[in-house]
Amino acid sequence: MANYRIHKTEYIDETKRVSFKYDGKTYFGYEGDTLASALLANGIHLVGRSFKYHRPRGIVSCGAEEPNAICQIGSKKDLTEPNVRATELELYEGLEASSQNCWPNVKFDIGGINNLISPLIPAGFYYKTFMWPKSFWKKVYEPLIRLSAGLGKSPTEPDPDIYDHKYVHYDVLVIGGGVSGIIAAKMAAKNNFKTLLVDDKKILGGSTIYQNNESIKIDDKLSSEWLKNEIQEIKKLSNLTIKTRTSIAAYHGYNFLLAKENLTDHLPEEKKKNKIRQRLWKIRAKKVVIATGSIERPLVFNNNDRPGILLSNSINKYLDYYGVTCGENIILFTNNDSAYETSISLHKKGIKNIIVDLRKSASSELIKQAESLGIKIYFNHVVTNTFGYRKINSLEIMKLSEDGNTTIGDKIKLSCDCLGMSGGWTPMVHMHTQSGGKLDFRDEDQVFLPKENSEDQISIGSCNGDFDLENIIDKTVNKINKFLYIDNQDYQDTNIICSKENDKRNIWLLPNKIPLGKTKCFVDFQNDSTAKDIKLALKEGFRSIEHVKRYTTTGMATDQGKLSNMHALGIIADTAGVKMGTLGTTTFRPPFTPLTFGTLVGRNVGKFFEVVRKTSMHEWHVKNNAEFENVGQWKRPWYYPKNRENMHDAVQRESKAARDSAGILDASTLGKIDIQGSDASEFLNRVYTNAWSKLAIGKCRYGLMLNEDGMVYDDGVTTRISENHYLMTTTTGGAANVLSKLEDYLQTEWPELDVYLTSVTDHYSTASICGPNSKKILNKLFPNLDLSDENFPHMSFKEDKLENINCRIMRISFTGEQSYEINIEAKYGHSLWKMCIEAGKEFNLTPYGTETMHLLRAEKGFIIVGQDTDGTMTPSDLQMDWIVSKKKFDFIGKRSLYRSDTVREDRKQLVGLLTDDPKEILEEGAQIVLDVKSKPIDMLGHVTSSYFSPNLNKSIALAVVRSGKTMKGQKLIIPMENKNINVTVSDTIFLDKENKRLNA
Amino acid sequence: MFLINCPFCGERDQSEFSSGGEAHIVRPKQPTELSDDEWAEYLFMRKNIKGIQFERWNHVHGCRKWFNVVRDTSNDKILSVYKMGEKPPVNYK
Repeated sequence: MANYRIHKTEYIDETKRVSFKYDGKTYFGYEGDTLASALLANGIHLVGRSFKYHRPRGIVSCGAEEPNAICQIGSKKDLTEPNVRATELELYEGLEASSQNCWPNVKFDIGGINNLISPLIPAGFYYKTFMWPKSFWKKVYEPLIRLSAGLGKSPTEPDPDIYDHKYVHYDVLVIGGGVSGIIAAKMAAKNNFKTLLVDDKKILGGSTIYQNNESIKIDDKLSSEWLKNEIQEIKKLSNLTIKTRTSIAAYHGYNFLLAKENLTDHLPEEKKKNKIRQRLWKIRAKKVVIATGSIERPLVFNNNDRPGILLSNSINKYLDYYGVTCGENIILFTNNDSAYETSISLHKKGIKNIIVDLRKSASSELIKQAESLGIKIYFNHVVTNTFGYRKINSLEIMKLSEDGNTTIGDKIKLSCDCLGMSGGWTPMVHMHTQSGGKLDFRDEDQVFLPKENSEDQISIGSCNGDFDLENIIDKTVNKINKFLYIDNQDYQDTNIICSKENDKRNIWLLPNKIPLGKTKCFVDFQNDSTAKDIKLALKEGFRSIEHVKRYTTTGMATDQGKLSNMHALGIIADTAGVKMGTLGTTTFRPPFTPLTFGTLVGRNVGKFFEVVRKTSMHEWHVKNNAEFENVGQWKRPWYYPKNRENMHDAVQRESKAARDSAGILDASTLGKIDIQGSDASEFLNRVYTNAWSKLAIGKCRYGLMLNEDGMVYDDGVTTRISENHYLMTTTTGGAANVLSKLEDYLQTEWPELDVYLTSVTDHYSTASICGPNSKKILNKLFPNLDLSDENFPHMSFKEDKLENINCRIMRISFTGEQSYEINIEAKYGHSLWKMCIEAGKEFNLTPYGTETMHLLRAEKGFIIVGQDTDGTMTPSDLQMDWIVSKKKFDFIGKRSLYRSDTVREDRKQLVGLLTDDPKEILEEGAQIVLDVKSKPIDMLGHVTSSYFSPNLNKSIALAVVRSGKTMKGQKLIIPMENKNINVTVSDTIFLDKENKRLNA
Repeated sequence: MFLINCPFCGERDQSEFSSGGEAHIVRPKQPTELSDDEWAEYLFMRKNIKGIQFERWNHVHGCRKWFNVVRDTSNDKILSVYKMGEKPPVNYK
């Protein structure tokens, strides 16, 4: 096998040989290589098949812009990663990579037939073809498209890697460690700004670090040597943090940026273990310096996508940085000076090369240098076609006409094994636009440039359109001095010699004698969109760049059009006959390069996915076999299965025990708000629908809270503890929102009220004991407390001590049974619970969970806010008009209760439902209709709560039904998938309408 | 992501706050005397302008205090922050 590594460089450690597998075959590279440079060193260009036509594709670039060399890393179900750019992946021992989007393999791919039928697959092919017949979509088209779509394969098992997040604050953030970024960072740090410099590569220096042309010098040194000195110097600065292998993913408002740091992706398997793989930096910077550089443009001509065709500057980097030549007989095709640097570098290393230049002539020092070396230059020529299936082997060039619109003269055929193309440079304005910055268009070299209008960020270097070294350094120094209000003189005497010039001949779509319809001039390599596709879109009436982009999918692949967007815009502008600058651009959205989900999620996986709240009694519930239900963040016991009971059986047993003898519920999760102040009663008057002024001290009252729109928001019992002191309870899920809402009114609408709100949900634990034997159990726990109905009636409150610890006891009931809620300081909750269980043993005191609680309250027709209501129910809809005070002047939501819409009689209203077959249990959420034959079926409402009641020995349900209030006795139908269930509308209260059990 | 200068705590990340919509909408003193349309105006209608907007924010994961903010919705710059009950700064209209 040929070895294309032709010389040593300081960036490749030839003493450290690294073996890796590509498509199952073992190869060798060296430490310092990327996967791409190692493949090229082994003579491998063909690395994948294109997305649509399955054409052979090769490595094009050496960085983040790579459209073709994307591969699947690893094969383990949990660790494999798709769509990794081989140009960015550092080589490590044991790396396994494979090409994507080809079957059976990259050299012989059956999908290649798409290339032959490509005239049949124009832009918008999918939109146009899979329209009809309609019935084909689900069974034929969609499965077919799904089979052939997508690039790599996702992992199918959870990611075992560790990821991390870090928040940092800096005075100055410099993005990009090229020559301008290094100067900016040095100036900032030396002037006492706490500075962070990030660069996505392994080492700093950008493209200057491997620059070795004698005609580009700083202070009489090669620019690369000069820069290495600068890098040594900035490493000594204590104010400066340097992060390499770190790329900015997103630039949000207020200078908040996200960066991804790669920590172990370059390490062999055994060294990755137990280390953080990637870290997401969340950076706040007072000022941001953008020095992200530019990327080289390809050229758009017929068959410009063959393996062996690369960007000219990438050929240069592979040669001078990695020591690898991309071919032995290279042609460089350019419209500007920069390909000449590549040419001279190649020549120096003995690689034969010739230049095809679109320009009629050029005369910079660099070009004179090339000419003097005897390098053949074809000025005013254009490449019209290339040949070679799996790799380029020759090409044709022709002369350009005066205006550049056509070709003239005879074809000249040239053989080659590699073609470098340079269409000039595109400034990376992503960060600038993501931050909200606008762009200007510079006509002379057809580039979009940052329009500076902000005090917090600035673009310098080639991302600002300054391409030659002299300009870069001078302008950077001036701009940074102004931007940071400093006066740094470090670079005043720097002597820069740069023999490159900026002129270029820009032609977006190169002319050809062959009609466009018969060419393959690729604009977007990854998504396979051609110049023809873009012109077709315009012909079909698309005008907006955003529409053309979506119709042709140009710029929508994983590389987000880094190489293709400018050409697409240029071809649109030329075809439509408008000025390029007036078209605008598509939106540059984050992330700049793809991020792993792991990086975004960080440590918040598994048990750290969400906060878990547990009551003091939690441990007891676990020990006693409870199944848990998530209620907000709380873990609440759902039911306590005994002897392998299923849920139904457990709930039936618990419900029966609670009504027959006694049950106990952990009610600690209910929201508790402590309300104090001389206006506390008035405050409650305003937030609840019923009256509170006359509630006696030591009494409890149920209250309903509305939104200002009149809809039920929350409910709960509030106790008057003393003259100016209340304890409010809220639903478990609503606690935080209720507190927020109350604070809102208190602070913004009624600041004159003397009221203080404190959340005490976590401060108290609550055991709720209910059932006919509850009083006896209470008596054992509190022998000195007079529990008689006269002294301690329903809806009242007492304080007593349990082994010297204060308890608040409320006699309130959510089950319809005689019931006591004992509140104790949370740290004693577990002991309280155990004492209750002990005291209740002789009465078969049965712990029950939320499911039984729901069943018991449904038997009594008590609503659960959020289950029987959904933010569209008024008190009247719930048949709870009794709780709305008619006398009160105002309360939250009062005015809305007689808006024209809320007084409608055909609103959905809460009713009870009884199934004709008492054993049939309805499904919650099931639709309710009157008549199944009418079309379309008129939906009257839906089931909100449904249970089998062991105490009534029949199925019961609550539902909301249009005009339900007037429907008692009405027969309705619940249509299910395979049957219709007949039901009758009933009262919402199914058990003990007279409330006898409260005092039983 | 905004940096919001809470008048009680100082500059904090936006994630500590929740937005409460347009500011200076006063709850009617006598809602019962309003027509449906007038009540709907108070209840539902918000300006949602492009440009300088007065809005309410709550430092919900901090001091829990509500306060007012002047924000230019076209570029998200917060121009001024002031406490509840204070008059809006006159230089923004």
